[in-house]
Amino acid sequence: MLNKSVCIIGGGFSGITAAVESAEIGCEVYLIEKGPSLGGRVAQMYEYFPKLCPPQCGIEINYQRIKKNPNIKIFTLTEVKDISGKPGDFKVTIKVNPRYVNENCTACNKCVEVCPVARLSDYNYGLNETKAIYLPHEMSFPMRYVIDEGTCLKEQCAKCVETCPYDAINLKMKVQEFILNVGHVILATGWEPYDAKKIDYLRYGQYKNIIRNVEMERLASPNGPTNGKIIRPSDNKEISSIAFVQCAGSRDENHLPYCSSICCLASIKQSSYVRNQYPEADIYIYYIDIRTPGRFEDIYAKAKDDKKIHFIKGKVADIAEDPDTKDLIVTAEDMLIGKKVSNKVNMVVLATGMVPNGIKSINIKGISYDDFGFAYADSDDSIGVSIVGCVKKPTDVADCIKMATGASIECIQTIEEV
Amino acid sequence: MDKKIGVYLCSGCDIGQSIDVEKISKLINTDKRVALCKIHSNLCGKNGIEIIKKDIEQENINAVVIGACSLRVKSEVFSFDPTKILVERVNLREHIAWSQTPQNDDTQLMAEDYIKMGIAKISKASIPTPSISDDIKNTILVVGGGISGMTAAIEAARAGYDVIIVEKEEYLGGNMRNWYKILPKNPPYKDFQDNNIQDTIEKLKRYSNIKVLTSATVQSISGQPGKFDVLINQRENIVSEKIGSIINATGWKPYDASKIEGFGFGKYDNVITNFMFEKMISDSGGKITRPSDGVEPRSVIFIQCAGSRDERYLPYCSSVCCAISLKQSSYIKKNSPKTNVYVIYKDIRTPAQLEEFYKERQHEGVLFMKGDVSNILEDQNGSLIVRVENTLIGDSLNIKADMVVLATGMVPNSDEKILGLQYRQGEELPMLKYGFPDSNFICFPYETRRTGIYAAGAIRQPSDSKTCIEDAKGTAAKAIQAMELCEVGAATHPRVGDLSYPIFFIQKCTQCKRCTEECPVGALDEDAKGTPLLNPNRCRRCGICMGACPEKIISFENYSIDMVNSMINEITISEEEEEFKILVFACENDAYPAFDIAGLNRINLNAKIRVIPVRCLGSVNIVWIINALSKGIDGVMLFGCKRGDNYQCHFIQGSELLNKRMENLQEALSRLSIEPERVQVLELAISDYDSIPKMVNSFIENIESIGPNPYRTF
Repeated sequence: MLNKSVCIIGGGFSGITAAVESAEIGCEVYLIEKGPSLGGRVAQMYEYFPKLCPPQCGIEINYQRIKKNPNIKIFTLTEVKDISGKPGDFKVTIKVNPRYVNENCTACNKCVEVCPVARLSDYNYGLNETKAIYLPHEMSFPMRYVIDEGTCLKEQCAKCVETCPYDAINLKMKVQEFILNVGHVILATGWEPYDAKKIDYLRYGQYKNIIRNVEMERLASPNGPTNGKIIRPSDNKEISSIAFVQCAGSRDENHLPYCSSICCLASIKQSSYVRNQYPEADIYIYYIDIRTPGRFEDIYAKAKDDKKIHFIKGKVADIAEDPDTKDLIVTAEDMLIGKKVSNKVNMVVLATGMVPNGIKSINIKGISYDDFGFAYADSDDSIGVSIVGCVKKPTDVADCIKMATGASIECIQTIEEV
Repeated sequence: MDKKIGVYLCSGCDIGQSIDVEKISKLINTDKRVALCKIHSNLCGKNGIEIIKKDIEQENINAVVIGACSLRVKSEVFSFDPTKILVERVNLREHIAWSQTPQNDDTQLMAEDYIKMGIAKISKASIPTPSISDDIKNTILVVGGGISGMTAAIEAARAGYDVIIVEKEEYLGGNMRNWYKILPKNPPYKDFQDNNIQDTIEKLKRYSNIKVLTSATVQSISGQPGKFDVLINQRENIVSEKIGSIINATGWKPYDASKIEGFGFGKYDNVITNFMFEKMISDSGGKITRPSDGVEPRSVIFIQCAGSRDERYLPYCSSVCCAISLKQSSYIKKNSPKTNVYVIYKDIRTPAQLEEFYKERQHEGVLFMKGDVSNILEDQNGSLIVRVENTLIGDSLNIKADMVVLATGMVPNSDEKILGLQYRQGEELPMLKYGFPDSNFICFPYETRRTGIYAAGAIRQPSDSKTCIEDAKGTAAKAIQAMELCEVGAATHPRVGDLSYPIFFIQKCTQCKRCTEECPVGALDEDAKGTPLLNPNRCRRCGICMGACPEKIISFENYSIDMVNSMINEITISEEEEEFKILVFACENDAYPAFDIAGLNRINLNAKIRVIPVRCLGSVNIVWIINALSKGIDGVMLFGCKRGDNYQCHFIQGSELLNKRMENLQEALSRLSIEPERVQVLELAISDYDSIPKMVNSFIENIESIGPNPYRTF
């Protein structure tokens, strides 16, 4: 059976865009997300570069587009188990994990008030906790609570079940499997931040005041663990100096040999978060090359005008902690003066790169992975499958959206050409 | 339409604990506009929805007012046949139960006001009848036959659409015809690949639904998406075509290197640009010679950012020049490994997997030097001497070479006549600085300010061919969507699918031209007298024209001056001196959700406010503000998106335009002797929900210090 339908794997901004664009071009869309909500990494960002505007603004518009379009079906907490068949006629086996909360949920929060157990918030990269039943975040889609399988005490407790006024909680929910019959498949599984603990000399996980760029986004966000206040984790104190370490693990044969494209811009953006809260703070940015392509050069030029943002060309070799103050001593070879320099700062941000989130365990005909794990199409003219977003290459949001929009036309081409 | 209004109040989710829902129901039951009013403790549940559905079927209710949660949630269940049933959501949960002090007179009054405002709104609304024309044409015009244009054409043709491609040169292929090799597209990314532009040209020719017009330019475009009238000039022959949507893929030109002071371009034969170098090798089939004497150079220097990232010349980065110089240095090294090749750079920019391409050049023996080139001279032997400052060893130094290649940047072709739009607002796509087309370029990069016209490739941002191909695919998708939406009379992004459109009561038009000037997408043309002529398929339904019109002659079937005025009229004004009332207009895309999120976080908000969501702050007509103030409302707050260069408005200029209208408002206010401080325009992003209390309270404090609106007692 030929059908003008598409299964999109991944509900981040790339997948969401692919979904709305495909639906608006006339396809029937199944959007599969393994987490409890759409939004992906972008929903965890405070602001975008270069405009310094909130990503939630674009997410909101796209959610409106989804709500208006009856051709989009969304499956959260869902994984793909198998893809068989051929372009125009794929069978995608999906596994829907139990949410334990059904569509009756109104997001009233009564369950949270009685839940006795807590878990680390993955939305906030473990910087704070939620209860075992929780709302993923304020831009959750669906706007529905979820129970964390690992921490919930289930029937032993069941306080939430008794409390819920709407009969929305069902602790007996089981895994379900479905087969979707679709014409086209779009891979939009995105990325995850590099595990900075692997970079020994940068001491992430060892010294509390060293965080990653992704965590900085949460610290700066009003809905983050500190309500938007940038304070250092060891003592919740305000800061007067901070260092950004570029290419933390990137462009490094031992870690990620490639460049993640966005980390320079992210650090320059984050230096503006710091500047807004601390007009006098010293900001050090250690870099190999500053990569701000195209019009992005403007925000680099603006940062260079700030006399208290110090750009230091050099790779950080070591970070030590002052045990008394928990300040950090960052040592690097300053290539411009040819000397080793050390600076003491209150806090360090590692600009860690993006690791592609491919699904290599599932064989999708027409898709291969390079040595770094990024997916690519075997042929320029292949039909039936598209690859979009950061699973294809490390890149910024606008670029992901272009790829995702382009994928929508491939759905129709599949039907035209098989 | 003959309306029968049913009001349904939910008492769940704390609403029943916060307000007396029964009391509201009793009040509503006395309202003659309302046929029935029901209360349910879980309206969004199956049973609640059944009740509404039953009333629709059995009681012929066709206008449903739902007093429950925000319209941003549960839309999937509060969904009835949109062609027959009007729905109005009144936000009793996020805006009241979750953000107001429970069981309090002020809270109760707020709920009553909101329900009455909802009834007033639905009373004035009708189901929109779309503007559909039956002669919609599904052909795409692609302007520019380079890699972007050809890709867009092929992709659209593959999807089954007809395409006309207009190329000003005699041949297809654009700049890429001159490339010897191209950057690696696939792993292992270490070496250049063959230029496959000829394959693309051949492939394009195989599509019978693509018509190619070379040596041709667009003379003019009039009309609107779905029915553009395009005149094409091909060797002085004028061809007329009916077109559905348009892709501008007119690309770029190399920056004029002779503008760069001290580099000797144009003076010394052996100082050439990357573009010239590429063409030379491509023409010679791989042979590298220097222009002055045709001898193979033994040393070549590439100078990066030649004119780029420099305020005096081209302030932006052209993104591709680093990789291009790496490719070109590899031509030399592969040809004669002993030739010295230097690359002098500010930063080497090889994003993503291109890092592998960079590393491979280091292995090939290309020498990289960070520094700034201050000048280039030629000595008596014809050797070039490049002066490099700020090198990593600190000093300045001179390097001698047989040839210098300037890595010049890409300039968008937007300084040329491309489209010749016969629009009141100008002939071309409005641009951002540096000549790239204006768009909401992060979340919605394809949205230009001319509906149905999209920009692809290097006209939009400096890009390599791989990026152009990806980009062009997306524009083809957008172009198809635009035509398909025209077919059913629906709006394109961001109000995709909206069937309403502005209706003009033209007899009362005074030809002031404000609407035709302010429309952010140039949807309105003018006749000779200056009367607006609407092109519905160009319209994005933001309502900015409605907000601009001083004669109040513009309205939508489901959004109008009268509708909002009648909502304002429902707000209870108290004669008690301390009972202040503040009207809030909130952009429905950002500010209104911010109020919702404040509620979700149980942030307490002042009970004096009454929020009315608007399609865009630019759709606010100052008549509404005057009406509110002259009926006794003490202050008006207008929450919109960020203005200026980094604007966040989805309709580009909405909040900017509203802000400008405030000048006209001041005049009107002084005539009424109303203090100007009673009206304030504020910026509120969706993520700024935590700052709402402070913004609202400080405004109200200010109003309280001014005192009650004297019109309250009139």
